[in-house]
Amino acid sequence: MTEEILTVKDLKKYFLTSRGTVKAVDGVTFSIKEGETLGLVGESGSGKSTVAYTLVGIYQPTAGKIVFKGQDISKDFSKRLKPLKKDIQIVFQDPGSSLNPRRSIKQILELPLKVHHISGNRGRMKQVVKLLEMVELPFDYQYKYPQAIGGGEKQMVAVARALATNPSFVVLDEPTSALDVSVQAKIINLLMQLQQRLNLTYLFITHDLSLMRNVATRVAIMYLGKMCEVACTSEFFQNPLHPYTQMLLSSIPVVSDEEEMLKPKKILSRGEIPSPVNVPPGCSFHRRCPEGMELCSQVDPGMVEVGEEHTVRCHLFQGAKIAASTSQGEE
Amino acid sequence: METSLHATFWARKLEAFGRGWYKFSRNPLSIIGLIAVLLVSFLATFAPFVSPYPKHAGVFVNFAEASQPPSLRHLFGTDVFGRDILSRIFFGFRFSLMLGVVVLTLVVPPGVILGLTAGYFKGTWIDTVIMRITDIFVAVPPLILALAICSVLSPNIFNAMIAVSLMWWPWYTRLVYGLSSSLRNEFFVQAAEVTGASRLHILFKEILPNCLSPIFTKMSLDMGWVILIGASLSFVGLGVQPPKPGLGTMVADGRIYMPDQWWITVFPAFAIMLVVLGFNLLGDGLRDLFAVEEV
Amino acid sequence: MIAPLLEIKNLHVGFDIYGGHLKVLDGVTFAVGKGAKVGLVGETGCGKTTTMKSVMRILPIPPGKLTEGEIFFKERDLLRVNLKKVRGVKGKGISMIFQDPTAALNPVFTIGRQLMDVVKYSKGAGENQAKDTIRDRAINALKDVAMPDPERIMENYPIQLSGGMRQRVCIAMALVTGSELLIADEPTTSLDVTIQDQVLRLLGNLVEEKRNSTILITHSLGIVREWTDRVYVMYAGSMVEAAPTKGLFSNPLHPYTQGLMKAVPKLTGEGIAEGVPGRIPNYLNPPSGCRFHPRCPHVMRICEQERPPFFDGGNTHQVACFLYKE
Repeated sequence: MTEEILTVKDLKKYFLTSRGTVKAVDGVTFSIKEGETLGLVGESGSGKSTVAYTLVGIYQPTAGKIVFKGQDISKDFSKRLKPLKKDIQIVFQDPGSSLNPRRSIKQILELPLKVHHISGNRGRMKQVVKLLEMVELPFDYQYKYPQAIGGGEKQMVAVARALATNPSFVVLDEPTSALDVSVQAKIINLLMQLQQRLNLTYLFITHDLSLMRNVATRVAIMYLGKMCEVACTSEFFQNPLHPYTQMLLSSIPVVSDEEEMLKPKKILSRGEIPSPVNVPPGCSFHRRCPEGMELCSQVDPGMVEVGEEHTVRCHLFQGAKIAASTSQGEE
Repeated sequence: METSLHATFWARKLEAFGRGWYKFSRNPLSIIGLIAVLLVSFLATFAPFVSPYPKHAGVFVNFAEASQPPSLRHLFGTDVFGRDILSRIFFGFRFSLMLGVVVLTLVVPPGVILGLTAGYFKGTWIDTVIMRITDIFVAVPPLILALAICSVLSPNIFNAMIAVSLMWWPWYTRLVYGLSSSLRNEFFVQAAEVTGASRLHILFKEILPNCLSPIFTKMSLDMGWVILIGASLSFVGLGVQPPKPGLGTMVADGRIYMPDQWWITVFPAFAIMLVVLGFNLLGDGLRDLFAVEEV
Repeated sequence: MIAPLLEIKNLHVGFDIYGGHLKVLDGVTFAVGKGAKVGLVGETGCGKTTTMKSVMRILPIPPGKLTEGEIFFKERDLLRVNLKKVRGVKGKGISMIFQDPTAALNPVFTIGRQLMDVVKYSKGAGENQAKDTIRDRAINALKDVAMPDPERIMENYPIQLSGGMRQRVCIAMALVTGSELLIADEPTTSLDVTIQDQVLRLLGNLVEEKRNSTILITHSLGIVREWTDRVYVMYAGSMVEAAPTKGLFSNPLHPYTQGLMKAVPKLTGEGIAEGVPGRIPNYLNPPSGCRFHPRCPHVMRICEQERPPFFDGGNTHQVACFLYKE
């Protein structure tokens, strides 16, 4: 019975801007078990990146709790203790800007080792070579600068950097979105192998549902700062319940007829994602929802449990049992 | 795309140098600027050895040779005291370069550090305090401040440097403030913060290296400006005092003898132009050199 | 046989950089028929943008260099015609939709202003159209791309619109010129999936209605499968396979295409195959013969020596691979 390594309860992150309060994350609750990969799906404005950044400490939560290995860590990096920073790491979305163009790969990989006093001077050089080996890059890459290597390789360096401190939990924010399909394949396979070998727990964020299907053990989908549906992967794809999930699934381009048949019936996507400053009242999705009812424009639904670890936030399923907010289930 | 895979330190340095030269030399004007600056630096450094009449730079009088037009013996002619203008120009370069180097040394480190800090802490009280102080200094007209300082303290090159420094540092702070405040949101800075790097590391090892290009370019262009302002101060009598051979002083001395003994003013003026233009062109070239290349 | 609208023959393009000469395009051959929806698939660095920039004559020269080849548009060689005439051809014959709509629109002018500027210089319009006609045509163009409340949009600035709406404006700008050939360079990469679907559907409908030819450039095989009739697969500076879309997906012939298909994550959840091992070649010193040979699982002796021409795989399906030399 695997332990839960991370629990997030009613997390909120609001930003005050000149145009109003942006409710980037508005009450998100979930948990991740050790060794699994939780996939977080959403389009722009969904808040998935904000959740990621809050988890690693780039943002201070506005409200809510984050519990990691039994400890409350709901603060930003300036208030976090060093050992925690060793244990939680992140791989950013854009390889082009996640590596400092003025530092060599060697310097980039040495930084986490230096900060956490891992190995002395000599030991560090060896560690850097080992890290490069781990991501299957030649050892002389350490002397290169980021501009001299391709996007996929930059991302592998970013992965090596994240793993340098031997973390237990890694957040991967769209790690392959900017990359070609063949490069993506290589990196994903590498990430999966490393997860097995080093017993890592992943929070994998992407908008690419086909990728998610092959990577995640459980999937959560977000829309405008709130969770819409959470389920284990096969259930999520075989039995998508939330209208937004269905809309998203029917919009993805696939490469074969058999995949075509797996998609839910074609729900033509309509409308635009509203600005997070102007969230419509009631259910945030009701304006675009093909099944919208009167209730949807007035009351925001809560998460209900509809099956084995399958929860949805939608008035269509209000008949089902309201999910208990124990530390095991999701709210 | 890498063209070679060196592991040896010097081979890599050589390749970096070759690549840098390639970028720098695309524009012929940059090379002209570089040559001009190297020439002036050489003449300034070795003035006592390369000038035909080194003694003319100090106290010297020879009325027999006074006010001679350019000739083979005195390539740029002589002034009213019989001093060789060419030699005095070489020594004049010394003052100019010295002024530039000293002012920039005094101005750049504090200006950059303040800008880095204010930019990183943008939105906090640190930012407000630093930038408002900067604003106050920027608001004062530079030449007037220099005149005020030099008239309060005794007029000499040393005080001229203080005056120029006091008005120069805010521009570096502003430049770096803009860069630092946008760079602090880059992913690579966030990555360093998430890992737990110290603030000092982030400011000096992550952010600062990405600011170097505009800083060095500005420094090169500023050399030209500082020299020009120094010459202006000397021209109005507040900088290099006679009989020392400041370029601005020489231009001032010679103006009453225009247009008959034109060489007394014109050659020092061209010398100023050579130095300033040289640094400007060099600055443009440095901008190309530091541009982050995309594959 | 009707001549194709656009035909590229054996195009060679290179760039001069530090360290030598990048031989990017190595004999590109490509054709688009009238009213055809052609897809151009390739990964980063394969040369698809360079090819399109050469067609549009917006390639920076230097450091670019067109060393060989011809580009025929409506049977006129675009490369031999001087730039002034080309501008005329370009504006009235070919238009382009770029990847990033935010960068393609000028932030300091209103949508209306930009759209009307395009109308002024478009086909079938004299310079001296009445101001009303220009404005009407602009508004109609916005209606064509299903923009809600076009009158208000005319007064908006690009920053006030969402990404999807900006891209629709770019499509409107491309179509209002009445050009016969529309080149869309990764038009939906920067958009969300649900918006991407809307925009592509819109583009598809408009193209059907106005009978333009389109070239859709993308690295997404899924998009190509849904929205094109014919596909070209590009690798390291030349076309390796060309086929009707259905044919390519039911029977990919070139080892590179097969590798790509395997590497695409599938909804069936069968895991992601490694696909294509190795890296794209260094253009300073590209591999001899077939540029794919170092990464090819079926490499033969001849692959290192000669560059394969297009072989016929039946039913207008062509492959540049010696495996199919009869």
